[in-house]
Amino acid sequence: MSVTPETQPAPTGQGGGPLLEVAGLRVGFATEDGRVQAVDGVDFELEPGEVLAIVGESGSGKSVTAQTIIGLTRGPNSRIEGSVKLNGEELTTQSESQLQRVRGSKIAMIFQDPMTSMNPVYTIGKQIIEAIKAHDRSVSKKDGRARAIELLDAVGIPDADRRVDNYPHEFSGGMRQRAMIAMGLALEPSVLIADEPTTALDVTIQAQILDLIQDLNKSRGLATILITHDLGVVAEVADRVLVMYGGKVVERGTLDEIFYDPQHPYTWGLLGSLTRLDQPRPHRLPQISGAPPSLLDLPRGCAFRPRCPHEFPKCVEVPGLEARLPENPDHRDRCWLTPEQKKTLREVEPGRIGLEEPR
Amino acid sequence: MSSDPEKSGNEAVVPEGTAAFGAGPGLDSEGARVVEAEGGDGRQTGGPWAIAWRRLRRNKFALFALGVFFVILICCLLAPVWANHVAHTGPNTTHTLEKLHEGGEVKEVVEPSGKAIGPQWFSAGGKFFLGADGHLGRDEMVRLLYGGRSSLFIGIVAAIITTVLAVILGLLAGYYSGWTDTVISRIMDVIWAFPVVLLAIALGIVLAVGGLEIGPIHVKSSSLWIPTLIIGVVYTPYMARPLRGEVLALREKEFIEAAVAQGAGSLRIMFVELMPNLISTIIVFFTLNIANNMLLEAVLSYLGAGVQPPSSSWGTMISEGFEALYSQPLLTIIPGTAILLTVLSVNIFGDGLRDALDPKSKVRFEARAGTSDPDAIGPV
Amino acid sequence: MLRFLIRRILGAIAVLFAISVLVFLIFNVVPATNPAQRIAGKNATPQLIENVEKEWGFDKSLPAQYWTQMKLIFTGKVQSYQSHINIDKRIAEGIPATASLCIGAAIIWLAFGIVFGYFSAVRAGGFTDKALTVLALVGISMPVFWLASLMLYYFTYKIEIFPASNYVSLSNPWQWFTHLVLPWISLAVLYAGFYSRVLRSSMLDVMNEDYVRTARAKGLSQRRVMTRHVLRNSLIPVITLFGLDFGVLIGGGAIVTETLFNIEGVGLFTSEALKQQDFPSIMAVTLFGAFFIVLFNILVDVAYAYLDPRIRLGASAT
Repeated sequence: MSVTPETQPAPTGQGGGPLLEVAGLRVGFATEDGRVQAVDGVDFELEPGEVLAIVGESGSGKSVTAQTIIGLTRGPNSRIEGSVKLNGEELTTQSESQLQRVRGSKIAMIFQDPMTSMNPVYTIGKQIIEAIKAHDRSVSKKDGRARAIELLDAVGIPDADRRVDNYPHEFSGGMRQRAMIAMGLALEPSVLIADEPTTALDVTIQAQILDLIQDLNKSRGLATILITHDLGVVAEVADRVLVMYGGKVVERGTLDEIFYDPQHPYTWGLLGSLTRLDQPRPHRLPQISGAPPSLLDLPRGCAFRPRCPHEFPKCVEVPGLEARLPENPDHRDRCWLTPEQKKTLREVEPGRIGLEEPR
Repeated sequence: MSSDPEKSGNEAVVPEGTAAFGAGPGLDSEGARVVEAEGGDGRQTGGPWAIAWRRLRRNKFALFALGVFFVILICCLLAPVWANHVAHTGPNTTHTLEKLHEGGEVKEVVEPSGKAIGPQWFSAGGKFFLGADGHLGRDEMVRLLYGGRSSLFIGIVAAIITTVLAVILGLLAGYYSGWTDTVISRIMDVIWAFPVVLLAIALGIVLAVGGLEIGPIHVKSSSLWIPTLIIGVVYTPYMARPLRGEVLALREKEFIEAAVAQGAGSLRIMFVELMPNLISTIIVFFTLNIANNMLLEAVLSYLGAGVQPPSSSWGTMISEGFEALYSQPLLTIIPGTAILLTVLSVNIFGDGLRDALDPKSKVRFEARAGTSDPDAIGPV
Repeated sequence: MLRFLIRRILGAIAVLFAISVLVFLIFNVVPATNPAQRIAGKNATPQLIENVEKEWGFDKSLPAQYWTQMKLIFTGKVQSYQSHINIDKRIAEGIPATASLCIGAAIIWLAFGIVFGYFSAVRAGGFTDKALTVLALVGISMPVFWLASLMLYYFTYKIEIFPASNYVSLSNPWQWFTHLVLPWISLAVLYAGFYSRVLRSSMLDVMNEDYVRTARAKGLSQRRVMTRHVLRNSLIPVITLFGLDFGVLIGGGAIVTETLFNIEGVGLFTSEALKQQDFPSIMAVTLFGAFFIVLFNILVDVAYAYLDPRIRLGASAT
């Protein structure tokens, strides 16, 4: 069931720069209960061919960030600030029709629940062809259908030439998600945004889908943004990780940095609640106490403050996202604790944090 | 909203955001769903009822409509007050040969040609406020108020009957399935298959002619209870079916399983566990049902199958007034307008109620946007 | 699909049977007076009553009576004693008028209902939406005869734009048209209001669905998203509802409108029969109406299965 490797050069950014550049992104919504700042100053880059994972709980702003990249959150009740650049080209100022040309063909997005994410009244084939024709009207029905079959095959759906005429409800959960991915790949985009692609699936199927995504990433050089709340998923496929909380990025770094040298107490909490096979089973599953904040009513200063066991007076000032480890300018976090303090506090339960004994 | 995948020991048990019921829905499509899905929004104060109540309070239009309805209701309830103290006459008292002496003028209440006097408003001290009706010369305003009592009585009581029947039948059919469900559903189908009006008329005619005699129960044909019962029964399937559907859906949910596991009996499950979840549907249906009932009553009475003389209702008034449509259009228009206003106010309120209880039913705001694109159409 | 159809038809026959029994019971068992007398009518002579008793079998058992009556109605022999006409023939004669009224009104109300509902949904929350909503609610709250009487008074009496009444057959197209305009409007207003609400609600639900978001994410133009995804799915409940409503109307449900405008269709016949308490006619007309309702119920189920593949192909696969 593996993907046939295709030899395609990985698309590069203009002049070798990052493929996707998000700077100072802020997204606010007007709701009947007040103003909600769902995303409050997010910066990141996506290099060609890499997998960036955005991790956070519900309400952290991860999905809004992703959807804003392709402009899905635009509307009379939303206010979008900041910049999103694809290959150096600014997307936030483009018109709706211009963005329509980007969606699907340059940046593809797949969503969490494949059952509800596909129109139940059209066949899978039709929906894939629709995606193709939206960008290239000259494609004939025959060619479109052939391409759809090819895509379904490429994502590992058996009997593709028959299944192309099936309706979404006739597929099993895993197959449906594969079909969604096929639809996303139809126009050979350079970026794939996957919003919780495995959350609605059974555990065994999750692994298959992740494998597929990883295959696509390696063989086609498809840069991927993977949004999830599940660190297990992150550990499998990500190159770099962004941890979000309360609409802000609270830590960013490479996979190794986040898992072996996490700097932010929230990250510790996330990692600490991972149960490890090589450790005795905990009496109680460790949790981060409390609940994510209501975006209408964020605490003053650091958003994590009410739930942080290590809070101290300075925390009423909003910490900046900075590289506090001098030897590692790309590993940034948003916590006032000094690196030494962090090391000490983190080690309270040795071996609990991270996947190995800390160095 | 992310569903719960099966968790093995290897995965992070990350606490999900706690989304209050219907949190922050007043947005355009993407924003609303995204924020809802993210869950980190909405005042977390108060349960779903508090939120719904707040939302309803904000809907000034609906509240105004409710106010109008109550004003109408109170006016009709005070019919005797008006009749005795203002107009000094009854709804059936004729004044064919009388004359009005006001302001030095003498006007005949009913002219020889049969044309009755028009609305006097307050010039005669409140007598014949809206004029007199046809050649019988009765006070239209008084009749309107008394007729309103009948119409409102039928509308509201029939709604109560429908609600009670529909809840019981819907719960039984939905919860028990099997034979109970089949039997009840088929009966509902049969009633449903009858055109509402036809069935009501058929029953109305039959019962109106001879009254109702079931064993010891004798109901006079002029009683208001006959149209009330008919209308109540006729609309039952329209409410029972959706309720049954909801019960079917709810039955599969875990809290029912939990209740059964705790040893709760069927009755308890139906009334203590299931019903509270149905309340918002019930309330909305009940309200809208009042509107429908009043319209149906008007149609029935107009056709002679509803309220029977000597009782009167707005429907019978229209029927009588229709005969003189061209010479005295007011006699038809006035009761018709009364029905329109009452039904409209109930409908507006019911609509607002439905919006308040169902977060997705209406998009609310149009705040100023930042970089929204002029090409985009509204919320989509 | 075929099995589905057969099951529905069998079910429909069962329902029709049940309705016929119900009609029988209502008209023969429930009332407190002598059935033969009622059928013979208000001006019946004792001889006539006796004849009726024999012909309708009132001296026999209840099931036999039922059988006799049904036979009379279905073989087209049932007579109205009061007006001395063959009831079934009269019903058949009324069909063109009723059909003209209902189809014309249906076109109007669908057009307005869909357009209003569409714009209400697309501009939801805004002024357009609020205005259209109020308009729709007024339409729904209006008693048909109120509107009709207003129109009759102002447009046929005070200002004689339209003729007041009667139905003119299609052989005279212009007359046919002008005679039907006011009735069409009367009938359409209520339904237009209702349908615009239904479409609006349906569209708002669909616009919030995940697959609409996917469609946008694929880069489809706004227009394509609205037509191929939103409308296509939102219209399903509208169409099914339409089938049911239309079935009711065609079966003689436009009683009030036909009466008010004196259109000699099935509905007018019904209301006359009711006024005169002509029981055979009432029974026949009720069955006629029920038949159409059941028929359209089946048509709607078929249409629904066609429109929604999930119904057509059964529950989801593995």
